[in-house]
Amino acid sequence: MKYVLLLMGNLADERCGETEEVPGPEEFIAFDAELQEAGVLAGGFALTDPEEGTSLSKASREAEPVITAGPYAESREFVGGTIVIEVDSLDDALAWAAKCPGAIGGRIEIRPLLEM
Amino acid sequence: MIPEAVPDGRPTDDALSRVHREEHSRLLATLVRRFGDLDLAEDAAQEAMESALRTWPAQGVPRSPLAWLTTVATRSALDRVRRDATSARRLAELRVREGVRAAVPADEAALSAGDLPDERLAMLMGCCHPAIAPADRIALMLRFVGSLNTEEVAQSLLLPVPTLQARITRVKKRITTHRISLTVPTDPVERARRLPLVLTSISLIFTEGYAATSGDTSIRRELTAEAIRLARLTHRLLPVPAEPQGLLALLLLTEARSPARDDAAGIPVPLEEQDRSRWDTELIAEGLALTQLAAARADAGRFTIQAAIAAVHAESSRFEDTDWAQIVALYDLLLARGDDPVVRMNRAIAVGRAQTPAEGLALLEQLGEEPRLRRHHPFHVALALFHEELGRMEEAVAAWHRALDLVGSTAERRFIERRLARHGE
Repeated sequence: MKYVLLLMGNLADERCGETEEVPGPEEFIAFDAELQEAGVLAGGFALTDPEEGTSLSKASREAEPVITAGPYAESREFVGGTIVIEVDSLDDALAWAAKCPGAIGGRIEIRPLLEM
Repeated sequence: MIPEAVPDGRPTDDALSRVHREEHSRLLATLVRRFGDLDLAEDAAQEAMESALRTWPAQGVPRSPLAWLTTVATRSALDRVRRDATSARRLAELRVREGVRAAVPADEAALSAGDLPDERLAMLMGCCHPAIAPADRIALMLRFVGSLNTEEVAQSLLLPVPTLQARITRVKKRITTHRISLTVPTDPVERARRLPLVLTSISLIFTEGYAATSGDTSIRRELTAEAIRLARLTHRLLPVPAEPQGLLALLLLTEARSPARDDAAGIPVPLEEQDRSRWDTELIAEGLALTQLAAARADAGRFTIQAAIAAVHAESSRFEDTDWAQIVALYDLLLARGDDPVVRMNRAIAVGRAQTPAEGLALLEQLGEEPRLRRHHPFHVALALFHEELGRMEEAVAAWHRALDLVGSTAERRFIERRLARHGE
């Protein structure tokens, strides 16, 4: 079963979190290697900062798309990256998420991949 | 114990209802273990019960009804897996192919119930998976490990039957899509983390029944019996850790007071005014013995400490004889395991009894800014009682009024109104 680990960050934390000890890129690289080693890594990607994003939305099927710079203004949480793992159960997915550096001071949302 | 085959069929109804109440959850747990699918387990269990209803009257009750039902239900589940192609069933098939099938003895009917492992610990722990919301854990536990049927569970939780069914359906879907394991965690750390969730759910079921003041109270009170049954089961399946034993002791000692906790009009009677001769001595004896054993264990935790507090009350034949100093010490132990405003409130009340009402009141007033306590009517009741004892009637009346604004149940409202009436209000 494939699960996506959504590595969530918070805009508020990012701004005032400069002084706190946050996991560095080398920790994420090491975690990636650990997943690879265990044979559970099934994909994923890291993202640039949320400010770099562009949003597009349509109020209805026929509506003109509205394009805005940056993330949706009212959401404070953003996806910083994703890791796709293939494991047997939610318990295994949770065990990996608990080892993920992104959980430190952030939040990891575990979502089963929709099987089409 | 197990009735021999009786061909005349008369004991069948009794046997079936007994099996249903006592063994249905075991049957379900075994099927879930084998097939990993709650719907499939329920359907197969249902079919086996119907089959029993058809064949037992003619052929007699088998030597081990549980083993017989397990065999029939397992066959039925295997048939369903082969017939059905939905994804959940495919998942089950996968597990069957993985070797579960090989583990199914050819003829379990030849076995006795004692030969079948009790898989209910897996269900208890699975229902309390942290990925399941607390309210859903309780509904699942009552539905799959308890002995109440859907209508009874719905009534006892004050939910319309369709609402409960929709909730169960939603959780079952979540269990399937997320592949939440309905198993005992293999990791000892995870297992140790899961146990408190199981015990907390059971204690919430008990409270739900014990605090029952609205709806059909007799049905809601069944929840206390159900919680005690679940606590007994958990303690039997996990005899080593202190906390399941402590929880069982706590529930028994609390339940023991229930004959004295309401007056003839159904209005709650405070502990100090209860007729202790009406407390259930049998439950107290069992609760005290269990408390003693649990408290002697190194891993005794918050349920055991709470049982010890209940034991101090149970051991004093008059309210005046209560060893309040001991109770204060136990609340300190409880607070050492984690701060909780309600525990601090209870400790303040005990200090007011162990020392002077003025000291108790001073401690309570220090807690006055706690948001949780400001909304908690027992906090204002406690304030009112201490004010009364100290002759500060104006403050007492004000506190009774605040309690009245917050109280939810009619019976407790009447209790407060009665106390206010003494002030001419």
